[in-house]
Order: sequence, then structure tokens, then C-alpha cells
Amino acid sequence: MLNRRTLLKSLCAGYSMTLVRAEPWGSSNDSGLGGNMRIWDQHSHLAAVPGDTPEERMAFLVKCMDRLGVERLILSQGYSADMHPTPDQFCEENDRVMRAVKAFPDRAYGSVYLSPAYLDFSLQEFDRCVRDGPMVSIGEIEAEARCNVPEMDPIAERAVAMNLPILQHEFLKAGGNEPGESSPFDVVELAKRHPKLRIVCAHTGGNWELAIRAIRSTKNVYAGIAGSDPTSGFVEMAVRELGAERVIYGSDVGGRSFASQIAKVEGANISESDKKLILGGNLRRLLTPILRMKGYQV
Amino acid sequence: MIIDTNVYLSRWPFRRLEGDEPADLVAKLRKRNVAQAWAGSFDGMLHRDIAGVNIRLTQACRTYGQGMLVPFGSINPKLPDWQEDVRRCQEEHKMPGIRLHPNYHGYNLDDPVFAELLKLASARRMVVQLALCMEDVRTQTPLMRVSPVDISHLAQVVESTPDLRMELLNCTSNIGKEQYRAALSAGDVYTEISMVEGVAGVGRIVHEIPLSRVLFGSYYPFFYFESALLKVQESGLDEAPKKAIWEDNARRLIGPAASASF
Repeated sequence: MLNRRTLLKSLCAGYSMTLVRAEPWGSSNDSGLGGNMRIWDQHSHLAAVPGDTPEERMAFLVKCMDRLGVERLILSQGYSADMHPTPDQFCEENDRVMRAVKAFPDRAYGSVYLSPAYLDFSLQEFDRCVRDGPMVSIGEIEAEARCNVPEMDPIAERAVAMNLPILQHEFLKAGGNEPGESSPFDVVELAKRHPKLRIVCAHTGGNWELAIRAIRSTKNVYAGIAGSDPTSGFVEMAVRELGAERVIYGSDVGGRSFASQIAKVEGANISESDKKLILGGNLRRLLTPILRMKGYQV
Repeated sequence: MIIDTNVYLSRWPFRRLEGDEPADLVAKLRKRNVAQAWAGSFDGMLHRDIAGVNIRLTQACRTYGQGMLVPFGSINPKLPDWQEDVRRCQEEHKMPGIRLHPNYHGYNLDDPVFAELLKLASARRMVVQLALCMEDVRTQTPLMRVSPVDISHLAQVVESTPDLRMELLNCTSNIGKEQYRAALSAGDVYTEISMVEGVAGVGRIVHEIPLSRVLFGSYYPFFYFESALLKVQESGLDEAPKKAIWEDNARRLIGPAASASF
């Protein structure tokens, strides 16, 4: 596994240089404000990853993580690219995630996939995977219903009760969103109904210049940077308008690369301490209560 | 050493970018070990005085490039007397190639003027860079939505232009894979990695198309430069194929004379 600074220096010094292998992950805590860079990825899937089983796909992801110095990721949705999954499919995808995490417990945590369109089922699935299982967060919630519907309220209440974050898919597409697809405005609506909820916009609209403004005054909404082109200026504007504490790195692998999304932070004209927060410090802060509750190392 | 085949000078029309001052762009590229960068101009997308765009591009490359920036002039074949712009690019500005933006200039690749332009460029031994898109359609301003270039006719046009040397820029995943592969196998056609996506995506495409046709392109400053750099690292490729992407393939495409002229 590579230290991020060593990696970039090595790349820029020339391809013939042998990359120095860094020490394995230590056990030292990192608040995100100092110490070594520790990259935690909030937004990843097993879809579009090579491999026939969840374990094989996770092994492939770990290889790629090691090449870029990603310490840990939060995995959700399994293989699914289905926009209309049934409850059985939700269960199957959550089982796949738990298999992948079980195979690499020091590199991944699971996040439960559910939908307000199937509320009773979703609450049972939350209990199975999070309350009574190994998972540590909710989402990426994506399918079937916008996140401002009343059926999201019991889900948000579960998140608040267990002090864990929700990762919510949203977009603000130039040609209009899909039916049932959330927008940053929907996230804000939900967040205002639940002031203690901590909710992350999975894509910050894609149109980040609009979405950052939309969420700016709602302090319990965070800007996820995953799953869009690495357009220059995204992270600088997010830090300027929201503060680095509200900006969270995620990749959206396998549809995206780790590289293009890390580059949004690494290439941004912001301070090193802000980069540390975005690349891992903020996510660890959000997850610390649930990780401690479950006895996991932070 | 890196040859970056896809950078732009001047201003993106809808946003200021870190690196849109040429001195800043050059400093960034130097910091990242780029030895040569093939530079087009954002002005070439929308300006009608293309001759003026190309003069400014050449001046900026010479003033700030310190031997690094190689200008690729914009040509809009829907403008009157566009052939004179091609002549000036080569004879006056000493450019080794041109950069096209068909979706911003309002023509399709089955338009006879496109074939005529390719023939003229290949007769002059100029490299043709074809930008397939400039921005994700989902994030464009509603007042100016521009779809990616339809390349369904590209293979046919390439086949009818035997001496053509072409590079496809900004190959978004919206472009059909079969059409993309057909274009690459129709002639001396290359592609670059700025918009290659997916986990270990660069490692994947060298299994889908010949490694010798894959070039390094960052699309800086519209994209963060580090994206392309780190994608190569994520690919897990060995040092030899990395070197091919970073440098060797581009050097072969542009040729030693053009490579040394700036």
C-alpha cells in the first residue's frame, strides 16, 4: 500500500522510478487534522467490478485501493444496477456486500441498501443488516422514491437513533431527473425535518455549482464528491462555501475509478489539512459513534 | 517524462479554471513531469474569428511554453475560406496538427466537408485531433446543451482517407463501444485516457484496443490533471505499457520532427 504523497512524487519523478512500498496501515488514530493521510472512501459498489463472486470482486477492489493508498471503503448496493429492485433483490445485494466485507474486514464496511418505497421491508432490513448485523451506515439509497417522501422519516429516525449517516443518491441533471430520482433540494427537505440527521449528497448534484448553493445553509447536509467527472473547481467551491468539514470523498467505483475522484481533492487548490478532512477525516468523524458501538477500530 | 496530448489554453466559457492562465498551466504541467503538451484553445469552440484564435494560441505557446506547449489550431469547416486557416496553421504557425469540435461547429461526420477537411489535413501530414465532447451533457448549462459527436460514420471516413493520422479526444462512455473500436481499427487512429472511467479503466481499455493506440491526455485545466495521472497508476500496468501511454505512443504519432520544432 502506498502513501499518497510518495505515490504522486514517484509518478511525477518518472515512470522508471520504483515506487516505494509504504508501511502497512498502522493502528494510530487520525482526527483528520494531522498525521498521515488516511483515505476512506464513502461511496463504492461491486457493480462493474471484475470477478464472479463478491469475494473476488472485493479482492480486485483491494488491489486497486492499494495502488492508490485507499485504506478503507464503505460498500453498498452489491452488484445492482437495477433501478427497480424488489425486496428480494435488496436482500441479495446486502448479502453480497456482507460477504465482501467479511472477506476483507480491515478494508471495508458495509452500508445497507433499502428504499422508502418498501418501508416495512426496509426497516426489517435495517435491523437485520445494521442493528443486528455488521453494517455501519445507510445507503446509497437510490431506488424508486425521492428522499423527501414521508416514508423516509422512519428511516431517518433509525439513523439518528443509532447515530449513523445516510448516503443519499441525488442529481440535478440538465435535462431533468429520472422519475423517483432525488435532487439536492429533496435532501435538504428531509434534513430540515430531521435536524440531528447527518446526510450526505452522493453526487452533490453533478451540477455542483448549483447543488452546493442548494445545501449551503442546511448544516446537517454534507457534499459527497463521488461519481461525476473530475471537473476543476468542484472541491475548491465546496470548501469555500460549506467548509472542508462538510465535504466527503467517495469514488462510486466500479462505474468510476478511485483515481478520477481522488484527483478532485489531490488536485484542488486547498490546504493539506482540508484534504485530510475530505479524504478521510470527516467520514471517520461521522462513523466514529457507530464504529465504537460495534467495537470496530476507528 | 509525460507527453500530454490534450490540454487547452484560454477560457472555458462558463467557469474560470485553476490553470487557465498559460503561465499557471505550464507551471502545473512542469510540476507533474510533463515534457510536452499538445494545446488547443477553448476559444476554438465558439469564436468565429478562428484565425485570431490560432494566432493567440501560437503566441501563448511560444511566450509561456518554454518549449513544452505544442499548438494544435482550431478549424471550423463551416466558416468561409476555412482552407486558408489550415494553410496558416501549418505554414505560418508551424503547427503539427489541428483540433476539431464538430458538435460545437454544427456538422456531422457524414458531412462531405468533414471528409474534405481530413483529406486536406492528411495531404499536409497534419495530425487531426477530434474532440468528441467537452462536458457531460447532464451538467451543461440549459441554454447550451451539446451532445457528444456521433461517430457512427467515422470508420467509413477514416477508411477513405488512407494517410490520415487521427487522435480521438474526450472519449466519453456515452460513445458506443463498437463504433469506437471500428474507428480505431479503420486506420491510423489513436485515443487518449482523459475520460476513460471505471475501476482500473485504463488497464481495461488496453485489453479492448491495441496498447499502441492509447495516449496520455489529461484534459487539463477543465479536469484536474491528477485524474489522468492517477488512472494510469490505478491500472496496475507494468512499466513498459505505462511508458508507452505516457510518452512513446504520442511520440510515434506526432513524429520526431514535429516533436522537436516547438
